Amino acid sequence: MTQNILMSIDASMVDWARAQFAITAIYHWLFVPLTLGLALIMGIIETIYYRTGNVFWKDAAKFWQKLFGINFAMGVATGIILEFEFGTNWSNYSWFVGDIFGAPLAIEGIVAFFMESTFVAVMFFGWKKVSKGFHLAATWLTGLGATFSAWWILVANSWMQYPVGCEFNPDTMRNEMTSFADVAFSPFAVDKFCHTVTSAWIIGALFTVAVSAWYLLKNRERQLALQSIKVAAIVGLVSSLLAAVTGDHSAYTVAKVQPMKLAAMEALYDGSEGQSLTAIAWVNPFEQPQYEEGGEPPLHIGIPHMLAFMATHDFNGFVPGVNDIIRGGYVNAQGEMEPSLGEKMRKGRVAIEALGEYRKLKAELKGEPTARQKAALDEKASVIGDNMKYFGYGYIKDAEQTVPFIPLCFYTFRIMVGLGCLFILFFAVTLFFFYKKDITKIKWWKWTAIILLPLGYIASESGWLVAEFGRQPWTIQDMLPTWIGVSNLSSNAVMLTFFIFLVLFTILLAVEISILCKQIKKGPEYSK
Amino acid sequence: MTYEFMQQYWWFLVSLLGALLVFLMFVQGANSMIFSLAGDDMERKMLVNSTGRKWEFTFTTLVTFGGAFFASFPLFYSTSFGGAYWLWMLILFSFVLQAVSYEFQNKLGNIFGPSLFQWFLVINGILGPLLLGGAVATFFNGSNFTVNKMNITDSLQPVISQWANASNGLDALLDPWNLVFGLAVFFLARILGILYIINNVDDANIRARARKRLVYTAGVFLILFLAFLIRTLFKEGYACDPATGLVVMEPMKYLHNLLDMWYVLIVLLVGVCLLLFAIYKTVTNAAYIQGIWSGGIGVVLVVLCLLLCAGWNNTAYYPSNIDLQSSLTLANSCSSEFTLTTMTYVSFLIPFVLAYIVYAWRAIDKKKIDREEMATDDHTY
Repeated sequence: MTQNILMSIDASMVDWARAQFAITAIYHWLFVPLTLGLALIMGIIETIYYRTGNVFWKDAAKFWQKLFGINFAMGVATGIILEFEFGTNWSNYSWFVGDIFGAPLAIEGIVAFFMESTFVAVMFFGWKKVSKGFHLAATWLTGLGATFSAWWILVANSWMQYPVGCEFNPDTMRNEMTSFADVAFSPFAVDKFCHTVTSAWIIGALFTVAVSAWYLLKNRERQLALQSIKVAAIVGLVSSLLAAVTGDHSAYTVAKVQPMKLAAMEALYDGSEGQSLTAIAWVNPFEQPQYEEGGEPPLHIGIPHMLAFMATHDFNGFVPGVNDIIRGGYVNAQGEMEPSLGEKMRKGRVAIEALGEYRKLKAELKGEPTARQKAALDEKASVIGDNMKYFGYGYIKDAEQTVPFIPLCFYTFRIMVGLGCLFILFFAVTLFFFYKKDITKIKWWKWTAIILLPLGYIASESGWLVAEFGRQPWTIQDMLPTWIGVSNLSSNAVMLTFFIFLVLFTILLAVEISILCKQIKKGPEYSK
Repeated sequence: MTYEFMQQYWWFLVSLLGALLVFLMFVQGANSMIFSLAGDDMERKMLVNSTGRKWEFTFTTLVTFGGAFFASFPLFYSTSFGGAYWLWMLILFSFVLQAVSYEFQNKLGNIFGPSLFQWFLVINGILGPLLLGGAVATFFNGSNFTVNKMNITDSLQPVISQWANASNGLDALLDPWNLVFGLAVFFLARILGILYIINNVDDANIRARARKRLVYTAGVFLILFLAFLIRTLFKEGYACDPATGLVVMEPMKYLHNLLDMWYVLIVLLVGVCLLLFAIYKTVTNAAYIQGIWSGGIGVVLVVLCLLLCAGWNNTAYYPSNIDLQSSLTLANSCSSEFTLTTMTYVSFLIPFVLAYIVYAWRAIDKKKIDREEMATDDHTY
């Protein structure tokens, strides 16, 4: 007899689980972009050494490599927890979608992590032990491994936002993969990968420029600083432009498959044809706006037709707002009539009930089903299949639950885009100063370079906040809301681990920054 | 490739990863002794740098072990990690501490000084093998969880798996046989650590000290391991009926597994002999420093066979003591045929991964760690 310890899931436990995943992911994302970005810059600098034989470039490579190593350790330390956190805190999610979600994670480990961890050891310890060529290869393979790892984890995350290549199996009570290519090369994944990696390169570039600018301010390591600025600014400019293009494409994809996220990002309550893009508006940062009342947020400055163009590639396209999505009744991006939320909730409940009935019928079977039993099972299976698309809505009780926290999405999006544009300008100006003026004499530029580094991190984290807060309440878009995806734990247990991670990671972050600063102050070691 | 074959194949791969992980825990074993094996700061530096060049392999294998389990047996991943929450969290915390300790301990700007991070290495060196061993022991001794997939239709309590008590995994440490195995794995990690240090660190003092420890460490390990093995072979095990999927208790199930799968028994015995050979030769011959290889291969074979015993031959590999029918078998916890097939193609990459790891390992190990390198090399921990 199966014992069923009937406990209802504690709402606050769900929030602690969300907070814990958010904090561990946010901390991890402090270190990963620098790993990816600095790996590229280190690779370029060491390649220059390999091709010119000029030992200055070797010293430069080794200097940046030292900083890379300090940061890399934190990326690894914060990463291991995420690998297991799907299981520890989101066990229902892990079961429900593990058949699809587990594969990219495993591939990430087998293909990417081993590449990264093997060759980083050669990179650190092999300068005097292996040939120049092998060492250079090791440096690039470390970066490639890290980038490859980004691919697979972003495939997994993209699948949460846009679940494709799968089918629900009522016998096994889970989603099962039907096409690996659809999952691994989903357009959402491609966009996300390109945008995330190029944004990481921006961080690497900002870091290199900031450290070099500091050296120029202190009137030291002049050649190292100048040459590093040259490499980093070129990388930075190209990356910022690419990030802008891929970001735009990501927004286009989001408009198609996650319209509520777009509406939240824009604080768009009532959509329209030829919808304008909000440059700025006043949205109270501390509370969910009364979107049901419609209208626009106050102090709204918009760029006419721009959102319609970005979202539909048609200046007069229709972009639905929060209320439109709840009401339904418009032609959506797939060319179909969008059902109302009420309709989706009904379909979801039908799917859940049919699933329950299917399982009961299956449990009553003694041996092979009779023709009548088979017909009953098939009928239930067909009902499940027809309504599976809105399965998650069966757990929704009211409209409010389907709307993400608009102020956060709204402001983080603007911060990210605003800063992104600023970075393009900054790198362009930097290259102009580098080639046409004496950059060592422009004090305001040096200070700007230093200030932009923390802003870069803010932009980078903002991007993830948009992506993940914008998909709430879904752990899988439309299929599984957060409160159904959790593990069966007490909220005290999750609260405790949340604070342990918060304290631990914060202390380690402080130590890392302290060590990085000391290492930068110490400066590079030059060969005789 | 039938579905059944792929389930067996993936259990083999998961077991192999587990076996490699135990071998690679020579890092943890050596780290647990950095204060006692070292006579002075320089000796400690050599030890830390020796494991410091390999720790990433162990770490990555642990991460990949988790990922591979998720991909091939997702019900295990969700049931065990979500249920035995505290056991896994403790394991993970100790590894988080290890990950930063090498880089941070000797650097300027480390506001806590080197000792704290070196103690973190020791803590991870002890807790890592001990708790992982305890977790693996539950494959044979059972755990306290239930699985009911119908829960997903109940919006009040939709979670399909739950731990039967609030300890969420710590109750595993109350079963003395889990502790016995955990301690056995800990002493095994120390044996491997000693063999590794003797091979990798070119210092007469350290080698002598390590050699002396080996006798006692091996003795304790053998007692613990044999106790666990004998008791496990002769106790009731969790068998599953391939036709109905029902789980039943079967007397001496694991002994039957070894006898039914005689090829596994042979490999197990070969592994035992290799390990004993490595220990014996290292203890008796001061010039012999290759023990890590014969011993390491021996350990991989032994652990592989143990884990195969836990899941192959119609055995429930993650049994539940609360509700026998909630126990996980290969068939009831694995991914779909499509996913296992896809992942099987991916697994063909593993030999290439192993090849470049071996290549890179040899490249950086061409020269052993010694005082001169510690004093002159620019990249040391």
